[in-house]
Amino acid sequence: MVALHRFANPARFLRISTAILPWSAAATLLLLGAGFYFALFDSPPDYQQGETVRIMYVHVPSAWLALMIYSVMAGASAVALIWRHPVAELTAQAAAPVGCVFTALCLVTGSLWGQPEWGTWWVWDARLTSVLVLFFLYLGYIALVNAFDDPTRGARAGGILAMVGFVNVPIIKFSVDWWNTLHQPASVFRAGGPTIAPAMLLPLLLMAAGFTTFFVSILIVRLRAALIERRLRLAQLGQEAELV
Amino acid sequence: MQDYLAMGGYAVFIWPAYGLTVLALIGILWSSLATLRSAERRAAHFEAARPRRRARRDA
Repeated sequence: MVALHRFANPARFLRISTAILPWSAAATLLLLGAGFYFALFDSPPDYQQGETVRIMYVHVPSAWLALMIYSVMAGASAVALIWRHPVAELTAQAAAPVGCVFTALCLVTGSLWGQPEWGTWWVWDARLTSVLVLFFLYLGYIALVNAFDDPTRGARAGGILAMVGFVNVPIIKFSVDWWNTLHQPASVFRAGGPTIAPAMLLPLLLMAAGFTTFFVSILIVRLRAALIERRLRLAQLGQEAELV
Repeated sequence: MQDYLAMGGYAVFIWPAYGLTVLALIGILWSSLATLRSAERRAAHFEAARPRRRARRDA
């Protein structure tokens, strides 16, 4: 007989993640609560941009998360391809839809910021175009992983796409330095330290930290679901084999 | 209050940006929890469907 628990049960991951989840969830509530408060009520308007600067507090953290999640996905895919670690493979798959949503959010909030500040919703310059490519990489990865009847093959093909697509991450980061663009250059993660006023840096960092702990919590929930699905699939396969 | 909501004339850009952000976060959370719940339900169903065999194994 095929008992569920006999199949590669990454018990250690489940134990650690169960311990982390309440903390990451509580941190998310606190950080996002404070982040939204400072972003909307207790931060100054910009001397040039006026109130539209508030869009930064959701736009920039979305962009950071879009890049960070893609990096997690590419790193996890590399680990999965090299060491065949099942949790790594599932991590990449669990992260992808979340990263895809953050990329879309980054593009839409950027558009809502671009119209009042640049006078256009969209421009085909290096930064905007490379982030759009990132969005399509996420969609392509998700489609590819689900395009095979055999999940192992889908995961492997998707993993290779995720790793090859990683080349786009530094392109996005440095696009504002390498090419002429409407988009402003980095003002937080730059040589010489942030150039942004502390009263604006605070809500920005709170939101970014809140988005990050949100992602960690969501990743744990999605991984837990994926591990159950995987165990179930293996058990069902085993049962079919038994019937033959 | 009216003044605040007007956001210096940029309400039409700022509020949708925040609205969509909140919507995206809630959407991700909801769909992830729904996926977990459905997986747990199916796993419980699968185990429940095989009490006889499991009992034999556990014996």
